[in-house]
Amino acid sequence: MAGEIDAERVRQIARLARLRLSDDEVMLFTGQLGALVEYVRQLDAVPTDGVEPLAHPVPVANVLRDDRPTPTLDTEVALRNAPQREGPLFRVPRVLDQGA
Amino acid sequence: MVQVCGLDVEPIIGLEIHVQLATRTKMFCGCPLEFGARPNSRVCPVCLGLPGALPVINRQAVELGVQAALALNCSIAELTKWDRKSYYYPDLPKNYQISQYDLPLAFDGLFEFPIDDRIARIRILRAHLEEDAGKNVHDLPGCSGIDLNRAGTPLLEIVTQPDLRSADEAREFAVQLQRLVHYLGVSHADMQKGHLRFEPNINVRIHRDGQVFVTPIVEVKNLNSFRSLHGAIAYEIPRQVEEWLATGVTAATGNKRNRGWDDTREVTVPQREKEEAHDYRYFPDPDLVPLTVQAAWVAELRERQPELPLCRTERFISEYSLPPRDAHALVEDRATADLLDHAAEAGGDKVVLGKHFLSLWARFANERGTTIAGLRISPGRLAELANLVATGRINATAAAQVAEAMLANHDAPTVLAEELGLMQSRDTDRIAAWVTEALAANAAAVQDALANPKKARAARGFLTGQVMKLSGGRADPKIVGELIDRALAERAGA
Ligand SMILES: [Zn+2]
Repeated sequence: MAGEIDAERVRQIARLARLRLSDDEVMLFTGQLGALVEYVRQLDAVPTDGVEPLAHPVPVANVLRDDRPTPTLDTEVALRNAPQREGPLFRVPRVLDQGA
Repeated sequence: MVQVCGLDVEPIIGLEIHVQLATRTKMFCGCPLEFGARPNSRVCPVCLGLPGALPVINRQAVELGVQAALALNCSIAELTKWDRKSYYYPDLPKNYQISQYDLPLAFDGLFEFPIDDRIARIRILRAHLEEDAGKNVHDLPGCSGIDLNRAGTPLLEIVTQPDLRSADEAREFAVQLQRLVHYLGVSHADMQKGHLRFEPNINVRIHRDGQVFVTPIVEVKNLNSFRSLHGAIAYEIPRQVEEWLATGVTAATGNKRNRGWDDTREVTVPQREKEEAHDYRYFPDPDLVPLTVQAAWVAELRERQPELPLCRTERFISEYSLPPRDAHALVEDRATADLLDHAAEAGGDKVVLGKHFLSLWARFANERGTTIAGLRISPGRLAELANLVATGRINATAAAQVAEAMLANHDAPTVLAEELGLMQSRDTDRIAAWVTEALAANAAAVQDALANPKKARAARGFLTGQVMKLSGGRADPKIVGELIDRALAERAGA
C-alpha cells in the first residue's frame, strides 16, 4: 500500500480500528507509523520480476478436516468472559441493523 | 427496455447470492449446524474468535462449493486462498470475516434458464467460500442480544455479472438457482431458514434525446425471499429514474449506495452508513494455508454430479412423453425422478411408466400425503406393472386396481392381476365362444357390418363391445378384433 503516513491517514486508521486518539497521540503515531512503513519499504529495492506472488509463507496447502461434529462449549463457559449477558445471549449496546 | 416517466429505461441488475451449504458442521470448526438450537450452545473457541484458536477448513464445504460452481459452468481455481475482511459489528466476534478476495474458489461461469419462451444466459463473475456472522436479537429492552450459533456457518457467495434486465428475470434466476442447489444437495435451500440471501445491485440506463444517462448503483441488502427480491428491484427502477429527474445525479457524479428493504411498506429505504464503511482492508489470513483444487479432485466431483434439473426435464419430456408442466413437477422431487429412471432401467415401458407416474401413482401418493418415492415400491415392480399394460395383459382400469393391491401387499403385479382376475384372456377358444354368442344375439349389427358400408364400422365396434362385455372386460381386445373379423369374413364368404 503506497501513500504517505500523515495525520489524516492516522486518524482514518484509528477510526477504522475504533480508537479515539488525542491530537498529541495522532502526532506521536504519525511519526512512529511513518518510520515503520519506511523501514518495510526497503523491500521495494528487491527485484521481484518473474517471482510468483506468495499466497502464504508456509509451503503447505490443503489442510482440511472431515465434516464431523466436535464437542462445543457449554453456554455458561462461552458467556463467562462476556462483560454483559441477557440469558443465553451476549448483551451489547443496541445496534441499528445494517448487515455486513 | 421499459417506459418510466415517458423515458426509455434499461434496468441493469447483478445479483450476489449467499447460499448456506449443507454441511453438518461449520466452515472452520466442528460445531454442529443446528437451526433453532438454544442460543450460544453451538459454539467453540474458533467460532467465538477466542485468542489462539485456529480455523481448519471443512473439506465437505469445499466439495459442495465446487459442485455448485461446476453446475454453474464455472472454472475452478487451481489455487485459492483465504482473506480477512475486517469490519466491526457485534455479531462478528473476530472483527473480521474469513472470506476469499482475489483468488476465489471459482470464476467465469454461465447459468442458463428458460423464461418467457427464451433462454436467459447470465454470466457468473465468481463464487467463493466464506463464513456467516452470528445473529442479532433486537427485541430486547434498550440493548441487543447476540447469538453466535450461526457464526462460522459455511456460505457460498455467488456473484453474477450485471446481465439481468428486469425484476421478473432476477426472480426467475433466484428461483432456478434455489432449485439447482437444492437438487445438487449443495444446500437445504430452505428459504424460511434464510439458506439463500440475495443482494441485488441495481441501476438504470436512461435514454433521452440520443443521450444515455446511467444512475448510481444501489445495492439492496439482505433479501431473503423471492418476493422481496422482486419487490426491491421493481421499486428501485422507477425510483432511480425519478431521483435522476429531480437531482440529475449520475454514476459519474454520485456514489454507490446501500439501501434496505422495508417488507411491510414494500419500499427500499436508505441505509445509514459511514464513509469508510467499505474499507474492509482485505489481507491474506495467516491462520489458513491456501487450497489447491487439483484436476483429479474436480473430475471426481464432476463424476458425482447428478443430471441437472433443466436437462432432466427436457429428457423426461422426450423420453417419457410427458407434458412439460408435468415433467417439471416430477423432476422437482429428485427421489421420485430417480425412481422413474430406475423403473425404466429395469425394463419398464417408458410411455406407460410416464402415464402411471402422472396419474395413478401420483394419486396414491397424494392420498397418502407422501411422494411417489415415499410409496416405497421397487423399480422392478413399477416396471412390471407398466409392462402388463404395455403388452395388453391388463387394461388401464385394471392397472389402477393392481396398483392399489401392490400398496397393500408385496406380491408381484402379475400375481396380483391373476388373483384379482384382471388378466385379459388370451384363451382364443373362450374368446371365440364369446364372439359366436355375441354375433348370434345381434343379427342386425352383423348384417350392418357385412352389408351396410355406412354403418359397418360402428356395427363392428358395437360387436366388439358386446364380446368385451361377455368376457367381463377380460378378453384381450386385439384378439377379439381378430376373431370378429374372421367370423364376419366366414359369413360373408358363406
Ligand atoms: Zn465452533
